[in-house]
Amino acid sequence: MISLTPVKIAVRALQRNTMRTLLTTLGIIFGVGAVIGGVAIGNGAKSRIEEQIASLGQNVILVLSGNNSRGGVSMGFGSAGTLSKEDYEGLRKEVSGISGVSPEVRSGAQIAAGSANIQTQVIGVGEDYAGIRAWNIDNGANFTETDVKNANKVALIGQTTATTLFSEEDPVGKIIRIKTSPFIVVGVLAKKGMSMNGSDQDDIVLVPYTSAMVRLTQATSFRSFNVQAANASLVPAVQKEIADLLRQKHKILEGRDDDFIVRTQQEITEAATQTSKVMSFLLGSFASVSLVVGGIGIMNIMLVSVTERTREIGVRMAVGARGNDVLLQFLIEAIILSLVGGVLGIGCGFGLSALVKKYLELPTLVSSDSVIIAFGVSAFIGVFFGFYPARKASQLDPIEALRYE
Amino acid sequence: MAQTVMHPVVKLEKFTKTYFTGEVEVQAVKGVNLTIEPGEFVAIMGASGSGKSTMMNSIGCLDRPTSGTYLLDGVNVGGLDRDELADLRNSKIGFVFQGFNLLSRTSAVENVELPLLYARKKISGFDQRERAQQSLEMVGLGQRYDHHPSQLSGGQQQRVAIARALVNRPALLLADEPTGNLDSQTSIEIMNIFQELNRKGMTIVMVTHELDIANYTLRTVVMRDGRIVTDEPVKNRLDATTELIRLKEEQQAIKLASS
Ligand SMILES: Nc1ncnc2c1ncn2[C@@H]1O[C@H](COP(=O)(O)OP(=O)(O)O)[C@@H](O)[C@H]1O
Ligand SMILES: [Mg+2]
Repeated sequence: MISLTPVKIAVRALQRNTMRTLLTTLGIIFGVGAVIGGVAIGNGAKSRIEEQIASLGQNVILVLSGNNSRGGVSMGFGSAGTLSKEDYEGLRKEVSGISGVSPEVRSGAQIAAGSANIQTQVIGVGEDYAGIRAWNIDNGANFTETDVKNANKVALIGQTTATTLFSEEDPVGKIIRIKTSPFIVVGVLAKKGMSMNGSDQDDIVLVPYTSAMVRLTQATSFRSFNVQAANASLVPAVQKEIADLLRQKHKILEGRDDDFIVRTQQEITEAATQTSKVMSFLLGSFASVSLVVGGIGIMNIMLVSVTERTREIGVRMAVGARGNDVLLQFLIEAIILSLVGGVLGIGCGFGLSALVKKYLELPTLVSSDSVIIAFGVSAFIGVFFGFYPARKASQLDPIEALRYE
Repeated sequence: MAQTVMHPVVKLEKFTKTYFTGEVEVQAVKGVNLTIEPGEFVAIMGASGSGKSTMMNSIGCLDRPTSGTYLLDGVNVGGLDRDELADLRNSKIGFVFQGFNLLSRTSAVENVELPLLYARKKISGFDQRERAQQSLEMVGLGQRYDHHPSQLSGGQQQRVAIARALVNRPALLLADEPTGNLDSQTSIEIMNIFQELNRKGMTIVMVTHELDIANYTLRTVVMRDGRIVTDEPVKNRLDATTELIRLKEEQQAIKLASS
């Protein structure tokens, strides 16, 4: 049977100086709190990114125009207009295994409805776009293939745009003016929330790309295509087929670089989770440093208290404490300190995470792993940083210790 | 039933203790022979620096002799290691110090329990409390069990220390100038406790440099320069109970005279 006496001895010793006990644990409280809070924020960011990637739609493949090394000058993807109307028609007709495809042109534009007037993003897309992005239409209906063919002046508007322009009124059937052209609102898109880069995805106007190119941008090429594979297993094949088709259409010779980019959703997810992993790692490392500092704080106070408590140690030895009893006492004291600090720190971590959620409106997620690890680490810190002072205490000479002033 | 051999509680033979501090060697005790039988009450006297504490520390197993032998209750202490000495201190010896050496911010009863926490033979928490309480009652502090040292007078603190020394039923009670920090009446009260304990059979060795305190014991050993110079029974033995009554009467008389 394991005796609880050493724990009793340590607890009594800690109770003798509650102020010191509290101050000692403070470092650990903050350290553990920072670790748990930091990891929670990192996890929250990760889950938000995942959510946003899911909001791109299912089995989506993005085709972006441009090339990062044309003539040695970086052009940035999605900028140079290398994706043509023929490319689009080709994708629609020649690539198998796709359930939807939509081109995309973008332009910022002044939008007016009645007296309301805003600057927002107008995106020219095909009739498949809302479907690909799993973007429901709350009210009204999507525009049709005919609307696209005829470059009709119809528009779908986002929730934010709808409220800004029409407040409580139903926008469907109403006229908005984009630049100078009047468009009829045919539907209101469901709420989508914040995008990955923090912009409001609901502040948007979708129009047929034909109308956008003729009436708004005068552009002749596309920024990107959204392609949806019929199912997940087809994604790699579709990706390859698109690339082959575009190289052929763009007459790109063997060995030369593509002038477009084909990205699957999975690749985007990987890149994004990589970013959020780096962020979690950084947050975690900063927090770990503070945990180590907390541990050193415990060691420091334990060392000071070994000196301060020399006489106490002498008294204990005089009445029969062995070196090991004293070692165990100081070690258990340190472990209790760091575990108490750990528990309070976990509480602080939850608090920090809740505060960030409430006031910074960032999603946070306290993971059970981080709680378990923080608890384990603080116990370890107790043993690690407690051992040296404890050993020092245990090696004191009883007479010297008793005589200590 | 087998006849148990009665050992002397303390048997020092050619006991020396030398301190080495850097270059200097200090021979604190120089070849002392001393035997103390069970039931004795011994005062060790002598000027400051004569080696009394050094000898007491060795008798108390806080330290080991440099040469010579020390048998405590028949056990040769010289061959024991740190842990074995600690166990001997715990089971055989009760120590009372000049400066009380109680743990501050710790109740009287928890102070008294301290040696029981280190007993090799495990004692239940309930029994620990019970024995500590009994020990406090023996020194007349049963009511003060929850007082902290800061809430007690010097005499009361020393009584708590005595209770602590007694709690593990030691074979030997050692006291190094136990009355050094106390006024004369409180000193006699402490001697009263010691005399009572000694009457019940407790072996007590006490260092003091006050002759009138030494007169409450049964035997005085005088040291000078690390050697024993006299070792004789106390002739004009004082009885603490009588002395306390006399002191009370004197105080009464002074009160009457001044009022
Ligand atoms: N730890 C020590 N280191 C060196 N010298 C010591 C030590 N303890 C005591 N001494 C010396 O030993 C001698 C005896 O000391 P001590 O036993 O304390 O005397 P007493 O208790 O009779 O006053 C003194 O000269 C003292 O200076
Ligand atoms: Mg002394």
